[in-house]
Amino acid sequence: MRIIPFLLSVAATIGLVYTLNIQLSVNGGKTPKLGYLLSPQKGFWQNAEPTNTSFDEAMISDNLQGNSEVYLDDRLVPHIYATNEHDAYFIQGYLHAKFRLWQMEFQTNAAGGRLSEIMGDSSNGTNFHNIDKFFRRLGMVYGAENTLKAMEQDSGLKAACDAYTDGVNAYINSLDESSYPFEFKLLDYKPEPWTNLRTALLAKYMAWDLAGFEQDFEMTNARSIFTKEQFEALYPYQADSLDPVNPRGTVFPKRGADIIPPTLADSAYLIFKEAATAFTDIKPDYDNGSNNWAIDSSKSKSKRPILCNDPHLNLNLPSIWYEMQISAPGLNVYGASLPGAPCIVIGFNDSCAWGVTNAERDVRDYYEITFKDSTRQEYMFDSTWYTTTFRQEIIKIKGKPDDTLQIPMTVWGPVMYDTSFPDKLHTGKAYAVKWMAHEESDELKTFYQLNKAKNFEDYKSAINTYKCPGQNFAFATKNGDIALRQQGKFPAKWRRQGDFVMPGSDSTFAWRGYVPDSLNFTMHNPARGFVSSANQYPYDTSYPYYLGGKYPLYRGILINRLLTNMHDATVDSMQQMQNNNYNLFAEMARPVLLRFMYDNTLSGDEQKYLDTFKAWNLRNDAASEATTIFNLWWDSLKVIVYGDELGQSQLPLVMPQKSTLLESMIKDSVKLFADDINTTEKETIADDVNAAFKKIIPEVKLMDEEDRLAWGKFKNSGVLHLLKIPSLSRLNLFAGGGEDIINAYKQYNGPSWKMIVELTDDINAYAIYPGGQSGNPGSKYYDAFIDDYIAGRYYKLLFTDKATLQKQTTLKGKITFSKSRQTT
Amino acid sequence: MKFFIAILLTALLGHAAPLYFPWWSFAVTSFIVGLFIHQKAGLAFVSGFFGIFLLFTVHTLVLDYMNDHILAAKVAAILKVGTSSITVILLSAFIGGLVSAFAAMSGSFARGKAK
Repeated sequence: MRIIPFLLSVAATIGLVYTLNIQLSVNGGKTPKLGYLLSPQKGFWQNAEPTNTSFDEAMISDNLQGNSEVYLDDRLVPHIYATNEHDAYFIQGYLHAKFRLWQMEFQTNAAGGRLSEIMGDSSNGTNFHNIDKFFRRLGMVYGAENTLKAMEQDSGLKAACDAYTDGVNAYINSLDESSYPFEFKLLDYKPEPWTNLRTALLAKYMAWDLAGFEQDFEMTNARSIFTKEQFEALYPYQADSLDPVNPRGTVFPKRGADIIPPTLADSAYLIFKEAATAFTDIKPDYDNGSNNWAIDSSKSKSKRPILCNDPHLNLNLPSIWYEMQISAPGLNVYGASLPGAPCIVIGFNDSCAWGVTNAERDVRDYYEITFKDSTRQEYMFDSTWYTTTFRQEIIKIKGKPDDTLQIPMTVWGPVMYDTSFPDKLHTGKAYAVKWMAHEESDELKTFYQLNKAKNFEDYKSAINTYKCPGQNFAFATKNGDIALRQQGKFPAKWRRQGDFVMPGSDSTFAWRGYVPDSLNFTMHNPARGFVSSANQYPYDTSYPYYLGGKYPLYRGILINRLLTNMHDATVDSMQQMQNNNYNLFAEMARPVLLRFMYDNTLSGDEQKYLDTFKAWNLRNDAASEATTIFNLWWDSLKVIVYGDELGQSQLPLVMPQKSTLLESMIKDSVKLFADDINTTEKETIADDVNAAFKKIIPEVKLMDEEDRLAWGKFKNSGVLHLLKIPSLSRLNLFAGGGEDIINAYKQYNGPSWKMIVELTDDINAYAIYPGGQSGNPGSKYYDAFIDDYIAGRYYKLLFTDKATLQKQTTLKGKITFSKSRQTT
Repeated sequence: MKFFIAILLTALLGHAAPLYFPWWSFAVTSFIVGLFIHQKAGLAFVSGFFGIFLLFTVHTLVLDYMNDHILAAKVAAILKVGTSSITVILLSAFIGGLVSAFAAMSGSFARGKAK
């Protein structure tokens, strides 16, 4: 033996293996374990799914009760034919895990404040530890625990959740190092057992996405800059052009004593031009929203109702939705499911169809807490010192010691900000958060029941316990009913309650109970022949309660206009409508802008681009250059009009909505903020409009020269992987649509599932989503639908029985589920 | 002859071991091949390298071809080595080969000087 060379060589080997078996820090991020990742037998190569792979499989589990079959159609959509309901949910869990396990884990880890466990405390400039603290202190886990209690009180739903969880775990238990989903290998961690709590966390994730948007701190700041008159002019309650979900003219009962503002509100709360404030910097997308509508037999060619729904969310890969059919005795449902939860969320069964849009209402408020001292053991409430309880939550951090949070709990809810988790602006104050999503509630039960609904009564009873996030549930049946109901538990608020941070030591600022259920509208077979919602205000100002929140305007107006004029509608008319790129806002804004333009002062280039704008067909099509000009012009105008007012504060403020500016321009009202308060001249709105236009021309000209002016190029749409890794995303998609357009496709946010269901005897349904059924980036099914989605195409949904499906020649696989081997 | 047998054995055992043991278990089998098929250190190094390099190249080429290059191209971009699956194939094979080469050479040194 040659000792020294041997030792050196062994040391080199071990050193090499060691280095390849750890994550290295590079440029503020961590590398994968390269040796593992690149290993042909264990690493990512095992996720490189053969393109002609067959998904045939025989799954055996003691947790099953009978023998069931699943057929995967040509798009890899599973059709479950289970012999009993328990097995149906077990199989749904198994399939979700088989095709989307990493996504399910990652999203619920994000909701539960557990990202630093996976990502480390920070990576590539993202502070995951802080994000985790944010979600923990917001009470996501607290809310999920309450939701779990409600879920498990209902025996039918508990059984479904347990079966679902068993199915997920059956799949997880079948995995080894080589078969982990790709992202686990990339980030170097392992799947852990699924629990019903994770399903509850997913519900909170949706609540966060859809009822988590608020601007309380920015508005509190605005109140300190503006007078009451200015504030009302910049941030008005409802717009003139509003076409509410519930048509105007409804008579409501008079306001009750419950919504009279506290006596102190004027002096202590509705104070303008005072007070410092805090700021939250993590928000769901402002444009999360949706469209849904249903027409009745009087408007359709087939004389049957047609229901449409397209929920607008962040467009991600793996896609938020997973398409499937679930059938078992007493259950036969098809639609979009959420990986991580049992049931179909948006879809149809053999009797009816339903779809949802967000109610948008403000159900999250902040209360300033006065602690007795820095120990935070006691806080002031109605002139008494109350004892704080503490919720202990542990954040595990990859490669670092745990961080144990002591979250103070008050009568309002968890204290989100205090000195141990300062708000971004370090006001040094403490703020508790009160949020509807904290309450014990059982949203999943609604979908569980809707999946089996047969008629309007079933629909009403399915949704009547639904609390948060508030939704507009559209509904249609084969026997001709259409309906729309806004459902949710909403606080009964006095005007402006919760728009600003409230004093937490005074019980009169509390929510005074809830809006009575009877005042959530239900429209059932209205005379106009259709129901629709597009996140606009549900009511006009005759509604006795304050709604809060933020509401887009123009999609709703256009949808109602199109549906009013529609007759002999078909699935094709509905496809065209969901893909409609008409810009109603521009229709209203263009004549106003042109009215203010001084035509004779324009240079050659300016005239040329103004002519482009004048000749615009008002459609946000991908190739449209005028759309880009209009959007730049309007943004430039907003900055010129409001920039000086908003510039009075270094702290964040809210840019007024586009409808606010447009309506004040139409009325030429005194509410215009045309004059630049920083100059001695007195600017008019015409000056602003011309200046805003001239300002954008150099940029427009440059983009024109570089062939980047088309709206589809300027908007630069994409579908982002959840980790935002470019090569796992689909980027640079040339697509039309945009904000306020029925086809609400912005850059990374838009229709996440487009569904059309015609309720004929054999249901005639179409849908598409921007993703693919497989969550594996190494599968050809990963992003398979995106090109068709961009082209505005749909797939006919195969909602059928086992015998018909077995005959399909393009099946991608058959999975059998059985209790024991003998019976396969 | 020994050289080719060493390459063949390295490849065979290097394929089998990671099916049951960790990804790096081929280092142990390459060491054993280096120990029992006694060659000069340099030759052991080269045969150890090529045993795994060739195995990994063939294995990943097949997987990549069946996958229509979908995933390897994405991994190439993540690892910032271009956009082609070929670089990732060569990188996988090279890393495996290098580990195997040192392991085989260690095996050779453990026996002493070969003729």
